This record gives sequence, structure tokens and C-alpha cells, in this order.
Amino acid sequence: MSEDEAPKIRTIHVEALARVEGEGALTVRLQGDVVEAVRLEIFEPPRFFEAFLRGRGYQEAPDVTARICGICPVAYQMSAVHAMEDALGIEVGPEIAALRRLLYCGEWIESHTLHAFLLHAPDFLGFHDAVAMAQEHREVVELGLRIKKAGNSIVSCLGGREIHPVNVRVGGFYRAPRQSELDELRAPLERAREDAQSALRWAAQLEFPACERDVEYVALRHPSEYPMNRGRLVSNRGLDIEVSDFAEHFEEVQVEHSNALHARLRARGHYLTGPLARYSLNFDRLSPLAQAAAREAGLGPVCTNPFQSLLVRLVEVVYACDEALRIIGSYAPPSPPFVSAPLRAATGQSCTEAPRGSLYHRYALAADGSIEEATIVPPTSQNQPIIEEDLRALLTQRIRERADDDLDALRFECERTIRNYDPCISCATHFLQLRFEQSP
Amino acid sequence: MSDEVLVIGVGNRHRGDDAAGLSLVDRLERGGSSLRLLALSGAPVELSRHWGPSDAVVIVDAARAGGGPPGAIYRFDASAAPLPAGVFALSTHSLGVSQGIELARALGQLPRRLVVYGVEGRDFGRGAPLSEEVSAALERLAGRLEADPLGASALAEEPGRA
Repeated sequence: MSEDEAPKIRTIHVEALARVEGEGALTVRLQGDVVEAVRLEIFEPPRFFEAFLRGRGYQEAPDVTARICGICPVAYQMSAVHAMEDALGIEVGPEIAALRRLLYCGEWIESHTLHAFLLHAPDFLGFHDAVAMAQEHREVVELGLRIKKAGNSIVSCLGGREIHPVNVRVGGFYRAPRQSELDELRAPLERAREDAQSALRWAAQLEFPACERDVEYVALRHPSEYPMNRGRLVSNRGLDIEVSDFAEHFEEVQVEHSNALHARLRARGHYLTGPLARYSLNFDRLSPLAQAAAREAGLGPVCTNPFQSLLVRLVEVVYACDEALRIIGSYAPPSPPFVSAPLRAATGQSCTEAPRGSLYHRYALAADGSIEEATIVPPTSQNQPIIEEDLRALLTQRIRERADDDLDALRFECERTIRNYDPCISCATHFLQLRFEQSP
Repeated sequence: MSDEVLVIGVGNRHRGDDAAGLSLVDRLERGGSSLRLLALSGAPVELSRHWGPSDAVVIVDAARAGGGPPGAIYRFDASAAPLPAGVFALSTHSLGVSQGIELARALGQLPRRLVVYGVEGRDFGRGAPLSEEVSAALERLAGRLEADPLGASALAEEPGRA
């Protein structure tokens, strides 16, 4: 895609292969040696889901939205059920809340280990992909897959199956697990907790490029919990609001080049959500074991280097294993396994912490419980402007250094920058083709 | 050693012909097949979790850019050599069947026998139905798998001769 209208303008276009989920492309426009625009073009499914949720029953939202992502369906289910419960005035008891937290632990383990070991780690070791890495670092990949398996087991046990769990409903669960079922998770989780600590020690030895980013971090914060399903939305620059005030403080902006709306803070613009923000705003809410593991890995209570998100994800895996074991140890089956309430015309909203960051859902319901309007703000659309800023900084520097002649190297660096944030398009960035087009 | 062959269908039901593998498992199930059947959606990165070292396994997935027309059936002996690059549809986060198999190979976790069938798709659009060509190919492939799942005697069709 060349831009021929003006001399000295050239376009770097990073083409993505068509994908089953997550489609993206990167276009960099240069005027001479100045990076004029960096546009991450993302095809994102939530927009379509918002449309076809209209007219469907409120009970369908958790299972329909779970289909948005094969990696983090639990996050979509959690945000959906909490938003519906907000609308209908349902309050679940501590037993159901604990089970939901356990389910979320499972998803964090699955999602973070998939990204850390199979997508992110190869970048630090100079491998094209996880297969090549496995040929030389078999024990590390095995370690990662073993930890992931413990997460799979949680989701399978509570969700009924590993992918697109079917046991979650508005008000709770269709069926609560028996104590004996949860007890079976103990041994694998204890081992996974050990393995995650080993993995973190291993990852701490990798070389992390110096890169400190000064951005606004946004995450949930709860009085006593490391945030998953509840809390206030806070930031390191003074934001401290109820989730119900989301629309007053955040806006979604349509940008020409992307299907994804860009979210921004009305007061200050771009911000980052996800593991780096969550960790840095909630270090004191981690368990002592997870805090100790983080310190041993060389992390302070705040992390501003996006490359070190690899370490932060692994700290969250240690925490999720630890927290899952705590929940299983004090489990009391909810009876009944769900709470119901009369239908009413109402609006409800919720924000929960998906592995990739804050996931906001808002639904307007009619008196019969049918959905009149749905709004879903996923983490990737919130983080997209920050990723573009990182790419702009990288490319500006590389072009100044005349390093843009080596297209393969530059493409790799762009992909790597994107992968630091584990967006839903991180997949695509493993297969991008970078092409320079120089105007005459 | 398990005598029963395990047939794993891989795909996404919401992306047209990408549902080929799952649809094949549906057909075998409806037909009362005696084969062990497993339908997998999502990232097939941990394929090896579903088999043991002594199993004989058949994987069926949609293919694209395999060289043949829509409905063409390809057969690869993955026990003998890696799958050719770029034939199989990528899955969530780009970890498709090829990556799942090669990861298992690198980790020494391949089953005793592993045969992969690809069915060339025509339409991978969101919400698209299975194309007629793929549907017909699955009918043929289902019959073939019932008779000789590993395809040891009757070779699969050549690309371009569906």
C-alpha cells in the first residue's frame, strides 16, 4: 500500500495472514526520516457480538460472549454475569464468589503460561517460535505446559470443559463442584506452584532490554483481594472510581484504521491495563509467597518495563496457583449453586480483570430480561494506543540509526514490541510480513 | 498398545470450512462409528495430551493453500516427517495443528502412529456454512476412515483430484 501523493513519503506495511481469531496489521508512514503515523489495524470481534446480543435473553450473555475469545472465555463470562447481576440486583454469597475466583485463577494460569512460554519466551532466546525453542529448551517448554495443565484442570472442573466452559450462569453456577472434585486439583496445583516459582527464577535470568515507560496504569483495586472480579477502578494518576462511573471517565473513540474502538480516559487520554498495571497498583494485595517470588526475580512493587511483563505474568501465575490452593482449602459448596431474582428493566455494568487487563461489560435489559443494548470494552482496545506509542518510539530510534534497511530485524522488533502486551493479535505478529514501499 | 484408532477432528464451527474436522467427527458419531472420537476447538497446542505413546491417531483438519481445489483430501504421515508449512488453517493465536504436532515431536511426545488428513476448504468466512465441496469430501473421508483409518492400503486422493 504505497502513498504516492507526496514525494519522500513511504509506507511500511506489515501484512497479516488471515486468521481464525485475532487479525491485525501494522502500517508505518514515514515523511523523510520522521515517523508520521503508526497505525495498528485490528479486526476485533466484540463489535459484532454487541450487535447480535440485542434481543437475546440475559442468561445467554455469558455463553455467547465467551465465544469472543478461545483463550480467555472465563473473563467474558465473569464480566457478563457480574453486569447482569448488577442490573437485576443479585448479590451472590461468599461461596459463589470464591468459586468464581477459583475459575479465574484457572484461566490466568492457562492464558499467562500460553503467552509466556509459547509466544513471549522465544523472543528472549532468539527463536522463531516455540517449536524451535522446544528443540533446544525442552525442559522449559515442558515446565510451562505442565503448569498450564493445572490451569486447564481448574477450568475443566468448574466450567465443565476446558474451552468455552458451560457451567457458569448469571447468579452462580449450574452445578457446584463436590469437595472431592476440588481435592483432586490440590496435588497438581501444589506442583504447579513450585514449577511456576522455578519458571520465574529461570525467566529472571533472561536479558531484558532497558525500557522504562511512563504511562498511566489502570486496574481494579479491592480492599483485601488481588483484583479479579471486583473492586474500584484506580490508576497511578489519581483515578479512583466505582465501575458504575466508567462511562463518565472513559470514552471509546472510533478510529478510521481499526475495527476496534480506542478507549481513552476523558481527562488524560491513553492508559495501560493488564498485568503490568494490575501488579503495580496491587503489589500489596499479592500473597506473601507471590511477593517473595517477585522480589527474588528482581522486581520491585512497580514494574514499568514492558519486556518484564514476562516476569509479571509469571508472578501472577505463582499467585493464581497459591490463591487457588487457598480457595480449595476453605471450600464450602454453595447451596443452591446460584441465586436468582425477578426480572426488571434495568442497566448493569461490570469490570473484571481478564488476563490481558480490565474487561468492561454494560447491558441494558428490557422488563422481560431481553438485552436491549450491549457494550463490551476489551483490554486490547484499551491498550492499542500505548502499543502504537511504543512502536513509534522504536521505529523513530531505528530509523535514526539507519537500522531500517534490515527488514527482517525490524519486523521482529515490531512484533516483539507488540507481544510485550499480549494483545489478542499477538498471534498475528508471529506471521507478519514487513514490506517497505518507497515513493519515487 | 491401544488397538482402537483415535480420530481427532480440529476446527472452528463458526468459520465456514474451518469446521471440517469437527463436522467429520459429527458424521462418524452419527453413523455409530466404533472409532474413538474427539472434537477439538480452540488452540490445538496441547494435542499430545490427548494421546499416549502407544496410540494410533488420525487428525482431520481443514486445509488451505494445499494445492488442490476445494474438497481435495490430502494425507500426511506425520510419524514420518513434519507437515508441509502453510497447508493447515491457523488457529487461535497462530498455534495450529502443525505447531501442535511439531511441538509434540520436539518434546518426544508423538504417538506410535500419526496420520493427518487435510480437506481443502473454500470459504473460511465468519458464520459461513460448510461448502458443498467440503461436505462431499467429508462424506468420502468418513467412509474411508471407517474402512481403513490409517489409510495404509488405500491411499488418499492426490491434491487436485478430488
